[in-house]
Amino acid sequence: MNKTAVKGRRSLAQFFCLTPYSLWATLFIVVPLLFVAYYALTDNNYHFTTANLTRFFTATSSVGDTEVRTYLVIFFRSLRLAVISTIICFLMGYPIAYIIARAPAKTQSILITLIMIPMWMNFLIRTYAWMTILQDTGILNGLLAKLHLGPVHIIGTEGAVIIGMVYDYFPYMILPIYSVMAKLDNRLLEAARDLGCNGFGVLRRVIFPLSLPGVISGINMVLVPSISTFYISQKLGNGKFYLIGDAIEGQYVANNLHFAAAIALILMVILLVCMALLQRLANSRSAV
Amino acid sequence: MKKIIELKNISKSFDGEKVLDNICLDIYDNEFITLLGPSGCGKTTTLRIIGGFETPDTGDVFFMGDRINDLPAHKRNVNTVFQRYALFPHLNVYENIAFPLREKKEKRDVIDQKVREVLDLVALKGFEKRSVTSLSGGQQQRVAIARAIINRPKVLLLDEPLAALDLKLRKDMQQELKNLQKATGITFIFVTHDQEEALSMSDTVVVMSEGRIQQIGTPVDIYNEPQNAFVADFIGESNILDGLMLADRLVAFSGQKFPCLDSGFDKREPVDVVIRPEDVDIVPEDKGMLKGVVTSVTFLGVHYEIIVDIDGFKWMIQTTDFVDVDEHIGIYLEPDAIHVMKKSEYSGLYGDYSSFSNEFDELELPPEDWKEDESAE
Amino acid sequence: MKTASKIYTALIMIFLFAPIAILLVFSFNASKSLSVFSGFSLNWYKELFKDTETLRSVRNTLILALSASVISTILGTAAAVGMDKLRNRAFHATLETVTNIPMINPDIITGISLMLMFVFVGRLFGAATSLNFGTMLIAHITFCLPYVILQVLPKLRQMDRSLPEAAMDLGCTPLRAFFKATLPEIMPGIVTGLLMAFTLSLDDFVISYFTAGNGFQTLPIRIYNMTKKTVTPKMYALATIIFFVILTLLLISNTIDTDSDKKGSGK
Repeated sequence: MNKTAVKGRRSLAQFFCLTPYSLWATLFIVVPLLFVAYYALTDNNYHFTTANLTRFFTATSSVGDTEVRTYLVIFFRSLRLAVISTIICFLMGYPIAYIIARAPAKTQSILITLIMIPMWMNFLIRTYAWMTILQDTGILNGLLAKLHLGPVHIIGTEGAVIIGMVYDYFPYMILPIYSVMAKLDNRLLEAARDLGCNGFGVLRRVIFPLSLPGVISGINMVLVPSISTFYISQKLGNGKFYLIGDAIEGQYVANNLHFAAAIALILMVILLVCMALLQRLANSRSAV
Repeated sequence: MKKIIELKNISKSFDGEKVLDNICLDIYDNEFITLLGPSGCGKTTTLRIIGGFETPDTGDVFFMGDRINDLPAHKRNVNTVFQRYALFPHLNVYENIAFPLREKKEKRDVIDQKVREVLDLVALKGFEKRSVTSLSGGQQQRVAIARAIINRPKVLLLDEPLAALDLKLRKDMQQELKNLQKATGITFIFVTHDQEEALSMSDTVVVMSEGRIQQIGTPVDIYNEPQNAFVADFIGESNILDGLMLADRLVAFSGQKFPCLDSGFDKREPVDVVIRPEDVDIVPEDKGMLKGVVTSVTFLGVHYEIIVDIDGFKWMIQTTDFVDVDEHIGIYLEPDAIHVMKKSEYSGLYGDYSSFSNEFDELELPPEDWKEDESAE
Repeated sequence: MKTASKIYTALIMIFLFAPIAILLVFSFNASKSLSVFSGFSLNWYKELFKDTETLRSVRNTLILALSASVISTILGTAAAVGMDKLRNRAFHATLETVTNIPMINPDIITGISLMLMFVFVGRLFGAATSLNFGTMLIAHITFCLPYVILQVLPKLRQMDRSLPEAAMDLGCTPLRAFFKATLPEIMPGIVTGLLMAFTLSLDDFVISYFTAGNGFQTLPIRIYNMTKKTVTPKMYALATIIFFVILTLLLISNTIDTDSDKKGSGK
């Protein structure tokens, strides 16, 4: 009897702690996602339809003389730009994460704070800053002119969009890799050297495999926002490179909520599959 | 003596695994009692049940005659010194010790006086303002004790309080705890896996294994009159042999008959025979009651510890006389060197030293009586 | 550090800070030009402080961020305490997965999903516009919660479990033991969580964009609307101010972190 009394007391406390959050999470995380599916699968009168989903795969438009699948083109463009940006972020970010993690403790915290500052600046402002830099009459061309180099036209190209993505999401690549590397036991590296690895060997055979979880989450944290962004392409691509995020936003603005939901649903499913694959890759690598 | 705590038929399971099996234990006023056993034997759970942090599945806990199963920890007149001290890192030494008094809303001058008194008692005068995280292990230990006794509880529970200290400090603290117990008259319930600690400090030792009490007694009783093979093996070193009780005061083992002091067994009852290594006398081979070959000798300072093969059974013998490996010796046993025990579930598990020393490699199976706690020390 | 590492680090820092530095410098430009600096002036700051719409959006943002961060911190801390005690594995795993959803989902999907629900429910009740301060607050609390939980839960797990037991042993009721022993231990996590929630809410554009009503404009939405048209350096002045506010917040949270680290290592 006393046992149930104490158990009752504990579960009462637990009830008061967990119930508000469980309710909140159900109502505002789970249910809204169900609404995405619901809207995606209904028409304006809330009748069941798959038209929104098929429209994504079949809608066509003409570019010059050729007919193309509008949304598939948009999707693969988004994917391509996001993957390129992610690769650049990784190539630039991995060395810096490594350098910071090997630095003295004090330097580490200063450098990490420095890297976090731009991250906390609003991404609209960050993106906008690049617009002023890259404009045809912007600072970059001003500088180039002083060096008697011809003006370059960057704004409105895919390159500009990639620069924007890389700049906006670069810290998200560095931080997770750094935090894994900073926790690496130095004795492991010493052991590897002791067992005959040279500097590169230590990096390839010890540090990289162990930092893989950080790399995976870094890739996730750059890929997901780049693939779904809708502001960068508008500002730096001059709206010429419509991305999947722009498509969703455009449909929202046009009040086509059902089609917006359909695109969102497809994007979500694709991202989930991607992440699951990445995770599986990571697991299989770390299992070796 | 007055009974202060009574555990009646206590059983407790965690996730379907029985950790306490029908524990019955009386604890008396002003007693230093130790729960001794290997890790996982249920000693800490017993302590937590007394402290009010666990409730028994079945059975009752009485405190001075009152059933306290339902009484939460904060209402019990029992305090605890936790294993890693559990000092509040956000409070300084003074505030940690004053914590229980502040909970009782004592007046400031009362608090001040009591804290100073108890600081004096644990020899930490002048440490009031220090942060507890800046203290050494021994000092933290004293703060934890001071905090637990400031309310003058009837009973103090100590959960392996010395485990984190180094050997020298541990020896000093053992003596101090003993003195503190005498000075305060508080009943101490002490949990440890260290048999030396238990023997040297306690009035009463409770040996536990696998959730059951194996033996309750004074340290001398526990050492000299172990009730089964587990206790004999866990407390000190023992050679445990299969024997046959031929008559009162006559037992047979290793193919010989030996006079002993034990009686009251059935005729021809199989028994376990315990012989402590220090009770064996080494004699020339031809004068021995049993004969064997020395297989290893280890010098331990006060004595040598030698392993002797007698008809395939490895004996441990402690002696101050040097013998050499491969020497053939005889042994002689006084009647009071032989202790006869009833057979138990632990019979045959312990007592042979073939898994000991340099013959370890010859074994096919890992030794079953490998005791992590002791080998770590 | 080796020279090569130093040079590389410097290059990365230039890459990260050049755009921000340009904003900072040109916020003090006398002329409107974004490529030629023609003299120091505070004109754009004066202009900014005359812009009532922007100022109102700053106030809105602060109100929203403050309410969202406080509510999510309380709710999230309670949730973390509950999850820490939870013995039911399946329930625990479910809660953890659901908690992760807002962090791994793209913001645009979180925003769209909440918006769809609000619109649907609003229509059920016949409201003309269902998006307002309330819906935005809900959205912000929702995406802040996981970060609070993620800060508090590890602190609970690292904590010495016997601390609250010691408090109870010394006379505290379980509830008092939580406030006197557990709370001080997990405080650094709670404060970091609060600051993080505050900053996230302050900074959020995408989710706000989808869940904001017409009447309630936050600063990021205001910036979005400003950058739709040609921009005056007024916005640079704004960016400069935001930069220094963020800098201060980061420094504060850093000192809290290192303080708690010191405490932790002293044990």
